[in-house]
Amino acid sequence: MANAANRAINRPLSPHLQIWRWGPHMAVSILHRVSGVILSIGGLGVLLWWLGALAGGPDAYATFTGWMWADLAHLDWHGGAIVASLVKIVLKLTLIAISWAFFEHTLSGVRHFVLDTGAGYDLDTNKAWSVAILVLGVVLTAAFWALLLLK
Amino acid sequence: MTTKGTSIGRVRGLGSARHGARQWLLERFTGLASLFTSLYLLVSLVMLSDLQYATVREWIAQPLVATVLALFVIANFWHTRLGLQMVIEDYVHEGANKFATLALLNLAVFAGAAYGLLCILRLALGVA
Repeated sequence: MANAANRAINRPLSPHLQIWRWGPHMAVSILHRVSGVILSIGGLGVLLWWLGALAGGPDAYATFTGWMWADLAHLDWHGGAIVASLVKIVLKLTLIAISWAFFEHTLSGVRHFVLDTGAGYDLDTNKAWSVAILVLGVVLTAAFWALLLLK
Repeated sequence: MTTKGTSIGRVRGLGSARHGARQWLLERFTGLASLFTSLYLLVSLVMLSDLQYATVREWIAQPLVATVLALFVIANFWHTRLGLQMVIEDYVHEGANKFATLALLNLAVFAGAAYGLLCILRLALGVA
């Protein structure tokens, strides 16, 4: 038993994150996981709240939009309302993070489909697409919010 | 079970279970379903005149939108289950913690999907 424990501790470890020089392909890879977790917990959480509020009726929907879709220009900064206002700002940032995570995860998901076919492993190609996905993820997020807010 | 040979030798003797690709494939299938349904919903939602209660309700009550939304919920909770399972398996190594987090994940995705689908049904069939 002691022998087995020793062996487990002394097993060789593969070089980890701090060993490698960071490149866009590594960033895209770990951001796929990060954005996936954001969408799983934040995205699906808000989705269920939204569906539940819609099914609950106009009052429930007003409560939902009051928190998730608050008008940041008209927040109440007096007394106990300060906490609620801070939460509304955090929720707005959460919503922006979720929208970014959606575009990032979708784009790098499509990248995975391409890589699954065996294409795109050439070093330059791989790097170019990785950079493109990082940029496009932010651009699409900005475009989405512009479209929503400028309507 | 025989205890002859080294541990790796015993494992090799057993061979593969021949369903190692199942999770990998399901992740792709649910990912594709999520891609198609989310693009439809995104475009459709952005094209709404406003996001007031009555507008959104009327939008969801359409059979096509309700169907796509239901498929979106199924695909995403399934995809989340596979994805978070992989994350848990990568970072949670201790037996009891691993079992507990995986059990919680499986209960949560089924509960979440059931609630989402019930809400959509209620909106689509006009009970609310």
